Amino acid sequence: MAMKEDMGDHAISNPNNLPLQSDFEIFPADNETGYRAFKAGSFSFSRDEYFAHIEYPKGSYTMPIDAFLRALMRDVAWGFFYGTVNFDTVFGTVNYYGEVEMFVGASNEAYRKAGRDYTERFRSDELMKIFREMVGDWTNEGYDPFAAPMETGVPWGEKKGNNDDAVGRQRVTAKRMVGLPGDTPKRSDEGGHPVNRMFRDVTQDEPKVEAEPGFEHEVAGFNLFAYLSRSDVTWNPSVCSVVRESLFCPTSEEFILPVEHGNDRVEWFVQLSDEIMWQVKDKETGRPRANVTMKAGDVACMPADIRHQGFSAKRSMLLVWENGSPRIPDLVRKGEAPVVPVEF
Amino acid sequence: MRNYTTVFGSIDNYVKGGVEVLDDSPKNYVFSNIFEVAATSRPYERVAVAKNFEYVIECARAEGTSPWYACAHDEFALAMDGTVEVHLVKLDDADAVVDPEAEGAHQLDELPAGRKMGRVVLGKGHMALLPQGSAYRFQAEKPATMMIQTIDGPVTVHKWAEICQTEA
Repeated sequence: MAMKEDMGDHAISNPNNLPLQSDFEIFPADNETGYRAFKAGSFSFSRDEYFAHIEYPKGSYTMPIDAFLRALMRDVAWGFFYGTVNFDTVFGTVNYYGEVEMFVGASNEAYRKAGRDYTERFRSDELMKIFREMVGDWTNEGYDPFAAPMETGVPWGEKKGNNDDAVGRQRVTAKRMVGLPGDTPKRSDEGGHPVNRMFRDVTQDEPKVEAEPGFEHEVAGFNLFAYLSRSDVTWNPSVCSVVRESLFCPTSEEFILPVEHGNDRVEWFVQLSDEIMWQVKDKETGRPRANVTMKAGDVACMPADIRHQGFSAKRSMLLVWENGSPRIPDLVRKGEAPVVPVEF
Repeated sequence: MRNYTTVFGSIDNYVKGGVEVLDDSPKNYVFSNIFEVAATSRPYERVAVAKNFEYVIECARAEGTSPWYACAHDEFALAMDGTVEVHLVKLDDADAVVDPEAEGAHQLDELPAGRKMGRVVLGKGHMALLPQGSAYRFQAEKPATMMIQTIDGPVTVHKWAEICQTEA
């Protein structure tokens, strides 16, 4: 959800020994619906008034367009994120940091058993270009796939305008800490970030900072809770403070995490306010493993061998804590890193 | 329009969630609550509540005045409730105080030579930079809960079995 921009130099894994696909195409707008269709390798994508349709060599698959756009938006915004982004229980992507696999059924026990699973390998920048075009073309005026459902329009119907401002948002990635000189700024009404309707009771004061002359750039602080109360997106963590590869990526959450995130490394959550319930499933099979209910102050890790999806009835504040090291996926794959962070 | 109430916790008022196991061990989720950890720890005992390779999140009960600490890398303090003051001093010779290759916070017996940088007074939800090359200490009149983003080091306390859910 908050990939570090610089992943460093590293060898790209190709665990499934797949050839790189380089065939991409964007088709003209459909005469009836007005939407474009897209092709990436052997996958073809089209949408109609209600659904996204995916054709692949072993069959076809259909998702409701609202769920598809919300998931696609996160995959684009997060740069394919860490590990697997399951749009639902069937379709998704796996990040290899420079390359990405796109699949139908590869993380679904029934599809694999039936031999209906199918995966292709792409350069990340090339698939990202197609995904960006797709989310831009398929998002209509007034609909924001980042927003909570009660705060935006509807994605249904024929092509009607677009919402490039919403789908083109730049992810916030502080280099050191929000609010430091030259770093990402605090949020304010004037900056276009009003307090969310569910956070009107969150105090907007700022820490008292008394810096001696010459130390104004390092004696610094900001109100993280106020910052989060002004977030205009959901389920889209942004980097707010950085200790080497340790990234504090807080976010505001409402409704449902639009993807089932399959971890390739341990990920930590600290619930800062309110409550989220996480459904945890096995990463490979999708079988349920646990439900984790987190209330304010709770801390929990997501192991590296699961997928998880969160539910937040009221908008809540969640600190997602990531280790952005590009070395970790290979260490996990080679069995050289634990899938749980602590033995006790 | 409905008025929503945002629920935060505090060291003396919190409600824990938990892990409901279906086919797993609750220990895999290393589940704890920072307010409970702060409520049951000694002042400024820097208890690890999350660990990812060398990196940790520490939880500390702020109460009274802490020792001075120094660190060879940045750290960040987040006040989760109450009021916590952070006092900062730029060290004249930081490398002599803490090995520049060392990780995590180091407790100092006394404040080494340096220049006063200033202070930050943190309320609930406020975050402050604890900059590399400085010494710092905390002050809190009343018990409060802090989180510190740092690296596992000599003052980090590991007591996972005491703080984490172990039973389904």
